[in-house]
Amino acid sequence: MSMSLVNSNTYLESLLQGQPRLPASPLAWFNQLRANAVDHAGRLKLPTTRDEEWRFTDLSPLARQSFQPARAAAAQQAADVEHFSVAEAAIRLVFVDGKYMPQLSTPAERLGNRGLIVTNLSSAITANAEAIEPHLGQYARFEDNLFAALNTAFLHDGALVIVPRGAAIDTPVHVLLIATQPEVASHPRCLFIAEAGSEVTILEDYVSLNEAVYVTNAVTEIAVGDNARISHIRVQRDSTEAFHIGNCAVSLAHASRYRSVSVALGARISRYDLNTGLDAEDAECVIDGLALINGRQLADTHSSIDHAKPNCTSRQLHKCIADGSAHAVFNGKIMVRAGAQNTDSAQSSRNLLLNAKARIDTKPQLEIFANDVKCAHGATVGQLDSEELFYLKSRGLSGVTARNLLTYAFGAEIIDRIPIASLKYRLEQTVLEQIKKN
Amino acid sequence: MIHQDSKTILEVSGLQAAVDGVEILKGVDLIVKSGEVHAIMGTNGSGKSTFAKVLAGHSAYQVTGGSVLFEGQNLFDLEPEERARAGVFLAFQYPIEIPGVSNSHFLRLAYNTLQSQRGKDELDPLEFEDFVREKMKLLEMNPNFLDRGVNEGFSGGEKKRNEILQMALLEPRLAILDETDSGLDIDALRIVTNGVNKLANKDNAIILVTHYQRMLNYIEPDYVHVMRGGRIVKTGGKELALDLETRGYDWLGVERRAPASA
Ligand SMILES: Nc1ncnc2c1ncn2[C@@H]1O[C@H](COP(=O)(O)OP(=O)(O)O)[C@@H](O)[C@H]1O
Ligand SMILES: [Mg+2]
Repeated sequence: MSMSLVNSNTYLESLLQGQPRLPASPLAWFNQLRANAVDHAGRLKLPTTRDEEWRFTDLSPLARQSFQPARAAAAQQAADVEHFSVAEAAIRLVFVDGKYMPQLSTPAERLGNRGLIVTNLSSAITANAEAIEPHLGQYARFEDNLFAALNTAFLHDGALVIVPRGAAIDTPVHVLLIATQPEVASHPRCLFIAEAGSEVTILEDYVSLNEAVYVTNAVTEIAVGDNARISHIRVQRDSTEAFHIGNCAVSLAHASRYRSVSVALGARISRYDLNTGLDAEDAECVIDGLALINGRQLADTHSSIDHAKPNCTSRQLHKCIADGSAHAVFNGKIMVRAGAQNTDSAQSSRNLLLNAKARIDTKPQLEIFANDVKCAHGATVGQLDSEELFYLKSRGLSGVTARNLLTYAFGAEIIDRIPIASLKYRLEQTVLEQIKKN
Repeated sequence: MIHQDSKTILEVSGLQAAVDGVEILKGVDLIVKSGEVHAIMGTNGSGKSTFAKVLAGHSAYQVTGGSVLFEGQNLFDLEPEERARAGVFLAFQYPIEIPGVSNSHFLRLAYNTLQSQRGKDELDPLEFEDFVREKMKLLEMNPNFLDRGVNEGFSGGEKKRNEILQMALLEPRLAILDETDSGLDIDALRIVTNGVNKLANKDNAIILVTHYQRMLNYIEPDYVHVMRGGRIVKTGGKELALDLETRGYDWLGVERRAPASA
């Protein structure tokens, strides 16, 4: 990714200056990582639509907005948080405007899971430096990614999950990031590590208590060890006035498996970059996504699946539903490196336009440098099927009901893949309500 | 059953309809009264399905002439869903699959829509489950079809049963069954036609569209019509179907040209 120069960099300066000085860490490597990132953040420019990677996503509304660090978080009503609780998740980490809220959280140690670490990064980093250092900042590259650089420059807190060798965690881990204050910029940083042969389901859940303007600039790094499995559900239901920039970088070790379902419903402008590295043989990823937007929302998903080693499998289904004058973007890159023989990859982008003023841009991007590979891909953009509508109406369903039912079904195919029943149900209700509003 | 004093359910006069500017129906006349079973036969391409879909209100077909009264009301004043709620039902020749829409949810929505239209109680999911299972027994359908998407992955015969299941739930005043027999083996044909016979009564009417006489062995028609080139060219009793079976359609002595070139 290259970013062209914008005329002035005052926006970034103000953003950098607006952040509190972070205390130096006793860990030299950590201070170095941050210093590097500060350096890069100072040099990189805010991307514009002249940058190929940001062609459809105009960030000028973000540049016009001023943000500040979060003020001391108001005491959150437990009831506000319970509204978002997920029954199946016995482990929960709650962050409010980027700040860890121990009183609202149930970290792993309270459950007595031996060796499992689920807590906030800043409190655990010194004690677990040895486990963290090989991963933190290693996957989410920031040399040419301003937002990852900013996140790393401000790297302070976020969720830390370390699943010890061979452990299968039978409860989902719920990382709940709640936005409550207007004009706040938060930079949550999450690190999920599944050691060899372990298994865990993690829900990364961005919500908001109101319709405020704020910016969330999140970075998540995920390391899946040999034969380990991570199921990662990411839900973005931010305020429809907010800006959400998310970068997630995943590295898969030998015969490991990464399963991702991401759902984007909120934010005025959202951008999610998911970079998955199949970095060892026999690894497998299944990556599904849904963006359901309306009004003047923009949701941009950029995914990259890197077949770096032979015998890996990737599956991807991404769906966008755009109503009103919303704009959805999907860019799906599949890279098959030289030597990554016997790659098996399939990508499908399916899109539903519900309004003549809405817009969807989808771009599969295949870069194949090996010869013995199977790469299927396809993209469709369409409206609701008139034969399906007629069939439903011929049974007495109103035009509106028929439309809602079909729109819902289109999105439900992705939501159905979420392995947490109560969340699935909740999202289905949300989607149904959102569709009915239109 | 023909009764002298039955009410007229459907009155089609000089109906003309076109697809993409090509006229397909060229003046169809038909009167259907309550309690009656009408068979419409004819070779492929004669316009039977077009006629059925025009009655159901499919937007691909433009009505270019003639009129249709349904229980005295101009059918073309009604949207497809209003026709369904008024009691018109079409069992499609090729029922489409709607993946992702659960069959049970769809059936319940349709059923409850009709119930509220008729001023009757709607059923909640549990009550409906019991109710629909009873109806499925009539058609010897496996209840697991409820958990699938609408017609999703159903075989041809299973789709046809699902159509008749919908007929059983919606209890239409006029049911048009378009080639419901095709894709059914003999056992399934017996089950499905038996179901249809149970649904037929003195207050409703059925139009059976078929090009085989086979189904008429199970559902006895009061009238048999022959459609050809977008018109009903001959009407008789059930013995006409047997004539057609042995002699084909050519003896009717009507123009042999294809409708499009006529
Ligand atoms: N949607 C359509 N688009 C174009 N042509 C059609 C369409 N539906 C029917 N036709 C044409 O109309 C004629 C009658 O078709 P149809 O009503 O399906 O006949 P039948 O059901 O008697 O076999 C055929 O020539 C067919 O090709
Ligand atoms: Mg036909």
